[in-house]
Amino acid sequence: MSRLESCLLMFLALCSVTQSINVEELNEEFTESLLLRPLPDRKVLAHFHFRSSAPPSKTYGRHHHIFPKSIYQLVHKFQVREMELSFTQGRWNYERWGGFDPISSSNAKPPGVELWAEFDVPQDQVDESWKNLTHALSGLFCASINFLEHSTSYSAPQWSFGSASGKLRYGTLPREAVCTENLTPWLKLLPCRDKAGLSLLMDRPSIYRGYYHSQRLHLKSDEFGASEMSTGMVLEQTLTVVLRPDTFSGKALQPSWSLSSLFGRSVSRKCSLSSSSNVYAQFEQNLLFEGDKLKEDREALENAISVGDGFEDNPLFELSLAPKRVIKESGNLQKAGSILYEFSVEDSNEFKPFDLGLNWKVPVAWSCPQAPLQASRFLLGSGNERGAIAISMKSTRSNNVERTSSYDENECWLRVGIFQMVPWYVKVYYHTLKLFLDGEPQSSMENIEKILVSPSEDKVSTGVLEMILRLPCSVNTAALTLEFDKGFLHIDEYPPDANQGFDIPSAVIHFADFVANMSFHDDSLKQVPILSKLQEEVPVVSYTEVLLVPLTTPDFSMPYNVITITCTVFALYFGSLLNALRRRVGEEERLLNGKGARKAGPLTLMISKLSAKLRGKKWEPPKQSESGRSSSKYKLLAKVVLVAGVAAAWQFYFQ
Amino acid sequence: MNEHQGAGARQVLSHSSVYSSVFRIPAIPPATSLPPFPRQEPYSLIFDHRLVQTETQLQCAREWRESGSLTPTMAEVAAFVKPKPRPIIRIGLFLISQSLLVSIICCVAGVLALLLLPVLAKNTYISENALMPGSASPMLSSADASDGHIFLNKIMSMDSTSTNTGTEIPEMIGKHIIESGGEVNYHQIQPISDNFHPLQFFLGPDVGIVQENYSCTSYGINTVGIVRAPRGDGKEAIVILTPYNSVKTTTSEALSLGVAYSVFSLLSRVSWLAKDIIWLAADSRHGEHAAVAAWLRDYYALSRGDLEKNQDMCVASSVLGHELTSVQRNGVSNGFRRAGTMAAALVIKVADSSTGFEKDGLKIYAEASNGQMPNLDLINIVNYLAVHGQGLQVRVEKIWSLLDSWWLYSLGELQELLGKVAKSLNPDWKFGIPASDYVEGCATLASSLYNQALGVPTGPHGAFRDFQVDSITLEFSPRFSSSQRVLFLLHVGRLVEGVIRSVNNLLEKFHQSFFLYLMTSPSRFVSVGVYMIAFALLIAPLPLVAAALFSDKLKSGKDDVSLEPSHPGESFPTFTAWNWLHTAKTVLIVHLWGAIVTIIPYFLSQFPNSSPLTNLSMWIASSLVGLFFTCAASGSLSISRASQLQIREWTLLKAVTVTAAFIGLCLMSVINYATAQIGALLLVPMCLMAVPLRIDMADKTMKALLRGACNILLVFAGFPPTAFLMMRGALDSFERVRIDDFWNWTESLRAWNSATYIYICMVHLPCWVLCIRILLLRR
Repeated sequence: MSRLESCLLMFLALCSVTQSINVEELNEEFTESLLLRPLPDRKVLAHFHFRSSAPPSKTYGRHHHIFPKSIYQLVHKFQVREMELSFTQGRWNYERWGGFDPISSSNAKPPGVELWAEFDVPQDQVDESWKNLTHALSGLFCASINFLEHSTSYSAPQWSFGSASGKLRYGTLPREAVCTENLTPWLKLLPCRDKAGLSLLMDRPSIYRGYYHSQRLHLKSDEFGASEMSTGMVLEQTLTVVLRPDTFSGKALQPSWSLSSLFGRSVSRKCSLSSSSNVYAQFEQNLLFEGDKLKEDREALENAISVGDGFEDNPLFELSLAPKRVIKESGNLQKAGSILYEFSVEDSNEFKPFDLGLNWKVPVAWSCPQAPLQASRFLLGSGNERGAIAISMKSTRSNNVERTSSYDENECWLRVGIFQMVPWYVKVYYHTLKLFLDGEPQSSMENIEKILVSPSEDKVSTGVLEMILRLPCSVNTAALTLEFDKGFLHIDEYPPDANQGFDIPSAVIHFADFVANMSFHDDSLKQVPILSKLQEEVPVVSYTEVLLVPLTTPDFSMPYNVITITCTVFALYFGSLLNALRRRVGEEERLLNGKGARKAGPLTLMISKLSAKLRGKKWEPPKQSESGRSSSKYKLLAKVVLVAGVAAAWQFYFQ
Repeated sequence: MNEHQGAGARQVLSHSSVYSSVFRIPAIPPATSLPPFPRQEPYSLIFDHRLVQTETQLQCAREWRESGSLTPTMAEVAAFVKPKPRPIIRIGLFLISQSLLVSIICCVAGVLALLLLPVLAKNTYISENALMPGSASPMLSSADASDGHIFLNKIMSMDSTSTNTGTEIPEMIGKHIIESGGEVNYHQIQPISDNFHPLQFFLGPDVGIVQENYSCTSYGINTVGIVRAPRGDGKEAIVILTPYNSVKTTTSEALSLGVAYSVFSLLSRVSWLAKDIIWLAADSRHGEHAAVAAWLRDYYALSRGDLEKNQDMCVASSVLGHELTSVQRNGVSNGFRRAGTMAAALVIKVADSSTGFEKDGLKIYAEASNGQMPNLDLINIVNYLAVHGQGLQVRVEKIWSLLDSWWLYSLGELQELLGKVAKSLNPDWKFGIPASDYVEGCATLASSLYNQALGVPTGPHGAFRDFQVDSITLEFSPRFSSSQRVLFLLHVGRLVEGVIRSVNNLLEKFHQSFFLYLMTSPSRFVSVGVYMIAFALLIAPLPLVAAALFSDKLKSGKDDVSLEPSHPGESFPTFTAWNWLHTAKTVLIVHLWGAIVTIIPYFLSQFPNSSPLTNLSMWIASSLVGLFFTCAASGSLSISRASQLQIREWTLLKAVTVTAAFIGLCLMSVINYATAQIGALLLVPMCLMAVPLRIDMADKTMKALLRGACNILLVFAGFPPTAFLMMRGALDSFERVRIDDFWNWTESLRAWNSATYIYICMVHLPCWVLCIRILLLRR
């Protein structure tokens, strides 16, 4: 009995705990944060992260204070389970800015618009929902996302994105220009817009002047799940920009910067609706390693005693404000992890705006962590007939060091997933897939773990290639080629500026074995959204370049000529054909004969015929006199000359 | 009787309405009662109906026989005499009957039209609005120019001091590119295997996946620097190319490198770039074109640089790699770097000699292989910016010796006079340009025509055109002494920057303006619509003459029929009608021989160390032997057989030859207009004049003798080596002309995969042989 009681008590206690959690979760929440990181090529990465969440509407209802209504309606109307939309200008430079950290893995996007969405609807309604969603987003973000509604512009990847439910659709618009008209509606989704908080920094000229600009919206909801433990909707909005500080600091030294010099503005107040607004400055492990080295040198030189890990004595740089706290990444065995300095904008005001600055003390060069293979994609061949797509991947020598799982020298495999979408007018021959490892052609099947090909159908669907390659870890280069023929479009299928060529969307390369995450010792840090985001285990993903395929293009500027020449040819052809068909030679002969007879006069003709018969001679038709014929010729000539003369005179006198 | 006949005719009509309505066959009564044919046989050209014994005619004849009278009655005869062919056919018949006059008029008009082209040239204009040249003020400052000057001095000092192995300059260029924020890679030039692909321009280069047989013998190292457009999507690129000799760099080459560097370092800072910029410093140790072509070939194929991370096997690159670790690993890689589809390429060169002019000079070279030209807009923007922006003096190549030819000058004066007269009649009539302009235009046009006809690119830009990239070479000739180099760098750099900015503005690839044109001055051009007239007029008489000769032959054949007492209705008409097939076989065999002549030099080039003269004589000798053997094998040209017939057959042979020449010229005009034009100038008079010498000898009139002499002269001039040497002599001077130049010339044509070579061997030479054959026919 007592046992039962205790069980009951335990149950009650549990219930109360869960209830209390529920109560905690039952509020809408908004947080904002900004992460700044110096990049090796004298640039600065700024990553804004805004997160709004709403509890499930089952329990919370349909009225929200913070969570944007338009997104809520979108989610409910189209039953979106997860969605990501990004507007990007410029390219992420994987070589210089790194490709192995959480920020590059989830925020480096292909140029233009990329959208993928997963729906919680029956399989046969997915396409319908997708089309409606594209139109809704198009209106919401002032972009031509509605062009993704055609089945020739999106695809249904099976396993490359998200879950393999088959309810996911993916589409890109590489040519979409990104501008403030896309940013403004995006800012509208924030509770404080850009009137307060960190979004105050978004001075349009400065953020669009940068080297990379990617505005992303990630939406996740489990509203429609069967489980009771739903977390509601989470909307993550990030803006990643790479800027170059204008300050001039000599050729060797990295440029020093402050928020006001980067953005031309500073934060004067936090958004009062946000539960936390923090600014983080991140310094990468390679940079810190350089700093440590420098410090050791200096210590060796000066025999000084080190003062510890405080930031003031950092030999490399100096921050203008004292950080609220210093968060260290728990690195792996070889190296220490990167360091995050946290600053809060809470206590800033009009008179004392928050303006973080960084001053470099010594010239330093470091490099960012790279993805195991660095991928680039290009076209082979020239001309308007055929070509080949090549994806070349080069080892960055980091795969052996950074590998998460333990490995054996012999049984070490590198799994590389490739997702490639090809428009139908680029007719890819998938059987020509060739794989080269270190320059040696391979029989493909050995190194392909999994492959899924859905060939394109003309004017109906795109071609999709999804594959997972299994490469030995020691591989230096791997190259993949696919040959294609260039197709012809119907005249009204050409887009404006057709002579520019046609885009093949970026291929997505993901390394399933590698996760880009930061791990911190302190578990309490999970409460901060941006830090929990950084700790999230996301696979390392990189996008390749967009390709431009020149196709044969008709000369649109000459429709008149084309019409004229076609009509002439048709007229000539049909004219002569009809002439030949409707002509009755016999009739004509008789007609001519009759004419001749009439000319001579019936009587004389009869007489001459009769006389010919009498004489037994061949009768000859009366000949027209030569003089008559020549005189008619002269008449004709005279007429022509007269007309020509009149024309010349007209031309001469009346112009 | 009359009624009976009418009924018969009606019956015939009903039976044969289908045939007769389609073919309009005149009913032919039996031969005995043939009325005299009209002199101009209407249907001989189109279809020889008399030979087709159709059902209708047989039936007709039968009915006539049945009707009891052999004389055709009134209705038949009337129908026979009367039918009037359609006007278009009558015009054709008229032209054929007047073929001599027409061909003289056409040829003269064709040559005149060619000479009038400088007058008809239009002013160039920028067709693509998006280019907007000169709309932005140049950003290149004198600081950039002096940076370029410092760079230039470094190269010069490096060249003078060290024992140069050819890796120092690439290394230094690489270092500077990285400092200015670009990406660098080094490209090892591999020799291109010497294969003959005359139809490469037609098929395009293969989609080469990997190059086979990679060897370590380096032919130099290209340095490639890339600026990524900050906000661009990396789909397109613009190429700046500076060829230089890495072992022995001259001042002018260093100047061009300095220009490229100052522009490149500026472009790495600007924010308006939409396309990536590639600076290719091509090592021209073994030829400019080879270096560029090797790079382009690797750019468009999965090259060694893509497949191998470390090219350790080769000593040069490992040395290079080692040296570079000290610089900065970041940004340098041995891998091949690419930057999307190329929109345009600019080759920057500086001439060794300075101009004698007031201004700095700029010379534009545009001709690529097989007479392909870049889009005219590219030349236009360069010309526009150079003249209006930087005040340079722009020129295109011209043949200098034509400038002081008196006959051209008098022609120019004549047309000027005509223009003045026309203007006095009506002030709106504006044609005629000053005589000096005319002469200059002619010289430029001739050079343009010659360079296109040659099919050999006039600079490293030719390699780009093979990959459908528009490109031109800009050769600057400074006027300064060395003190004003910075100013020169400033001017030239601003021009290059302006051109790149224009091309950068371009959303689509070059397509608006002309691709087929001839230049008569940097700002005047003749478009395809105009210059085709001259060619069309020149070759128009060929089919006419062929038709005239053929119909003449048929007529004379018919006369033969009537003369000879053999059975008229059976086999003889077939013989005369299809006789041309026999001659066509001859012509075909000679053309086949032409193909053999085409490939002989490959076997000859297998023997090393043979002088050009021996090669040439070997070629001619083996060609002659080949001709003899092919003829003997086919038995068509054997002299013993049917020699009596052949003197009568010469018209037929000439007709088929003329047709073959016509077809060959038409085909060539599609591939390379300029070759066809020059070829037509030589070939058309030769083919049209050809008459057996025996006939002229027999005739003994002044006219006939003159014709014979003309024939001999034309045939002499039409032989490719003599034509070439005469042209060389006329343009240069006869003292310097050597026989073996011709071999070298054909060798170069072959090496550049020129279609002109094919034309000479497979169209011109066979026609020439056939003309000789016609001349030497025996009685």
